[in-house]
Amino acid sequence: MRKLALNDEILLKIEKPARYIGNEVNSVMKDKSKIDIRFAMCFPDVYEIGMSHLGIQILYDMFNRREDVWCERVYSPWTDLDRIMRDEQIPLFALESQDPIKEFDFLGITIQYEMCYTNILQVIDLSGIPLNACDRSESDPIVIGGGPCTYNPEPLADFFDMFYIGEGETVYDQLLDAYKENKKHGGSRKDYLQKAAEIEGIYVPQFYRTEYKEDGTIASFTPTDPHAKQTIQKQMIADLTDTYYPMTPVVPFIKVTQDRVVLEIQRGCIRGCRFCQAGMLYRPTRERDVETLKQYACAMLKNTGHEEISLSSLSSSDYSQLKELVTFLIEEFKDEGINICLPSLRIDAFSLDVMGKVQDIRKSSLTFAPEAGSQRMRDVINKGLTEEIILDGAGQAFEGGWNKVKLYFMLGLPTETKEDMKAIPRLADKIARRYYEIPKDKRSGKCQITTSTSFFIPKPFTPFQWAKMYDTEEYIARAAVVKHEFQEQLNRKSLKYHWHEADVTVLEGVFARGDRRLSKVILEAYRLGCLYDSWTETFDNEKWMQAFENTGVDIGFYNLRERDQGEIFPWDFIDIGVTKDFLYQEWERAMKGEVTPNCRVKCSGCGVMKYKGGVCIESKN
Amino acid sequence: MKARIKFRKYGVMRFIGHLDVMRFFQKAMRRAGIPIAFTGGYSPHMIMSFAQPLGVGVTSDGEYLDIELQEEIDPQDAVRRLNEVSVEGIEVVNFCRIPDDKKSSGMTIVAAAGYRAVLLESAKSADIPRAFPESWKEKMTEFLRQDSIVVLKRTKRSEAQTDIKPLIYQMRLEENGIYLFLAAGSEQNLKPDLVIKAFLDFIGEDPDSVPFHYHRIDVYARNIRKPQDAMAFVPLDQV
Repeated sequence: MRKLALNDEILLKIEKPARYIGNEVNSVMKDKSKIDIRFAMCFPDVYEIGMSHLGIQILYDMFNRREDVWCERVYSPWTDLDRIMRDEQIPLFALESQDPIKEFDFLGITIQYEMCYTNILQVIDLSGIPLNACDRSESDPIVIGGGPCTYNPEPLADFFDMFYIGEGETVYDQLLDAYKENKKHGGSRKDYLQKAAEIEGIYVPQFYRTEYKEDGTIASFTPTDPHAKQTIQKQMIADLTDTYYPMTPVVPFIKVTQDRVVLEIQRGCIRGCRFCQAGMLYRPTRERDVETLKQYACAMLKNTGHEEISLSSLSSSDYSQLKELVTFLIEEFKDEGINICLPSLRIDAFSLDVMGKVQDIRKSSLTFAPEAGSQRMRDVINKGLTEEIILDGAGQAFEGGWNKVKLYFMLGLPTETKEDMKAIPRLADKIARRYYEIPKDKRSGKCQITTSTSFFIPKPFTPFQWAKMYDTEEYIARAAVVKHEFQEQLNRKSLKYHWHEADVTVLEGVFARGDRRLSKVILEAYRLGCLYDSWTETFDNEKWMQAFENTGVDIGFYNLRERDQGEIFPWDFIDIGVTKDFLYQEWERAMKGEVTPNCRVKCSGCGVMKYKGGVCIESKN
Repeated sequence: MKARIKFRKYGVMRFIGHLDVMRFFQKAMRRAGIPIAFTGGYSPHMIMSFAQPLGVGVTSDGEYLDIELQEEIDPQDAVRRLNEVSVEGIEVVNFCRIPDDKKSSGMTIVAAAGYRAVLLESAKSADIPRAFPESWKEKMTEFLRQDSIVVLKRTKRSEAQTDIKPLIYQMRLEENGIYLFLAAGSEQNLKPDLVIKAFLDFIGEDPDSVPFHYHRIDVYARNIRKPQDAMAFVPLDQV
């Protein structure tokens, strides 16, 4: 029997010991004496969040198909165990073997959101690995980062040996083979980093040097090692159907956030909303073949025993075979007590019909994400949803028996005026009015329109990467404008309003578009005790402000200025296919309120055509 | 059509709580293709009930759950299929048909449970037992000779002084631990750690510094074939 890394006394004292014992159905055990490479795959958040992530499940499956690799999982210990591990000096361990991470060849960390950065340091630190990549020795694991935040990896540059930029399915084999080869020939850590630096999509931050101008912006960013490339090409798998997909995902014992089979139906989005980073990063839109997806659904439900299946993608309504897939899932599984979890769909006759089949109409709600209240603002952000479409969709749904609507908006978008802010409550009220147009005997009581706003954060590789942000006071003032306007509405009793915290927004903004100089702020915040910053109960803004003060880094430099067309961004060395010229052209169109058609209507020449995949070649086949 | 499943819980699975073991079996039923019946409505769920919850940290050789079947299934086949999709630490050992009426459900008929309480070298490991001090045998006789054994019994909502002596059907020192045969079920239920705590208090030991591991041996119903004998019990899969 496996020996656990934590003793009984600890396991019986902490919350949810199941987070740390492994042994789950479909977790992979191997004989470590027959393995060449041990890979610890980490999601730097608590188990329940980390286990819900599809990307890790894909890579876990892909790595473990190799006989010479054993990939195991590791997550952030929750704060209770974190304290015990520090007090008793227990090294962080992987769930499967329960062996210390320090004994591994690789520690791979997926970086999904900015507010996990201190958790990354926690994982490296508890593993007993030096926090700064430059301080690591031959016996330390190679620390590699991947995921959406690595499209601007610079704030984390000090802590990683390398970053994998793009989709994991392409060059990992090459990277692992190179490692084996280097080990076999007695090569050093540096030898390996140099070899890795030559592989497409691999970025080794210590091989680059940034020079700054007097005003703090970047003067130059240059390789300092002959093996390092000037530009890092985003990795992308052109044919999504013909690639890895985990048929036997790990089934957790405890309830996790995504406690179901997840079927990724497509990657990318044709829409081109100007605020959306995913919409640019994952271009071109690529669909998975519907027949393959049907087989996956059957196999995965059988292999996991999950009672729920959900579809995953951006803008799912754009998946061309959606109707066929959803109809299949309902017909095949509804009688087996399998719950079909629909993504948010464009409201039309079809979506209302399937929603009526899989949900209890009285309990479920419709979701719209207009993102902005006024048509002017929606044109600026290139969100194709019009008031007419929303009111018409809501009307159809109300007549079908629904009476709950959820609306999502952003505040603080570029060019936003008070009128734009006030348009949010007014739109919510119009939806309520549409409901009360239905005769009393044909509707079921009052309607409930719930509006949530978040604050807009400009992200790298979007047309809004040049935009300025605001300070906390200004964000709160904008939310107050919306709140007051809600109180003026005719149907205010049917309207609810929630807004997000502004403190976190400011920090996310800094790290989203920050540079290497921020590594020291993250390190300082971690030293001051910041951890689990994405959790409201553990987030401590004062400590973060202290960290900025102690390191002399100015938040305003990163958030409060509009960037010039010619400014070199920290992420400019990455080529995602979409060109900076295209993004700037979109920024200019945004300022003029001009909309750009989606990829299926008309190609706008964003540059990603060079990957020769998905929607770019669809019509040309 | 109803069936009763008997299983063992051991090793690292002792850290999985009762509700999560239920979730485990719901998913295992699907993986094994057991033709289990569902309730109706928008969110149908499996018709499944556990006889007696087991605390976190406790191992067991006799756990029971009742399920309702849509169609007949060969018991041996069911055991094999469930074990094929199980994990180390959960082993199905029996699958038998039971009467369909409500009053035969495991939860209803549970009347007693047997435990072994093992004295440990340290709370750090349940695998390293320690021999009992010589004096315990005599002290246990004295402990059980008391007219009443009053302890503070805590439930989620209240605390109350309770005499647990009538609920201790048997208690004796054996070579590999203290054997306990205790009242169990919805009417009156006694947990083994409460008895051990009372005993340690009685002999003047601090319960927090004398670590024990608890193992449930089996769960029992009254033996209806011997109605005149109040102390006649049978394991739930032999009713």
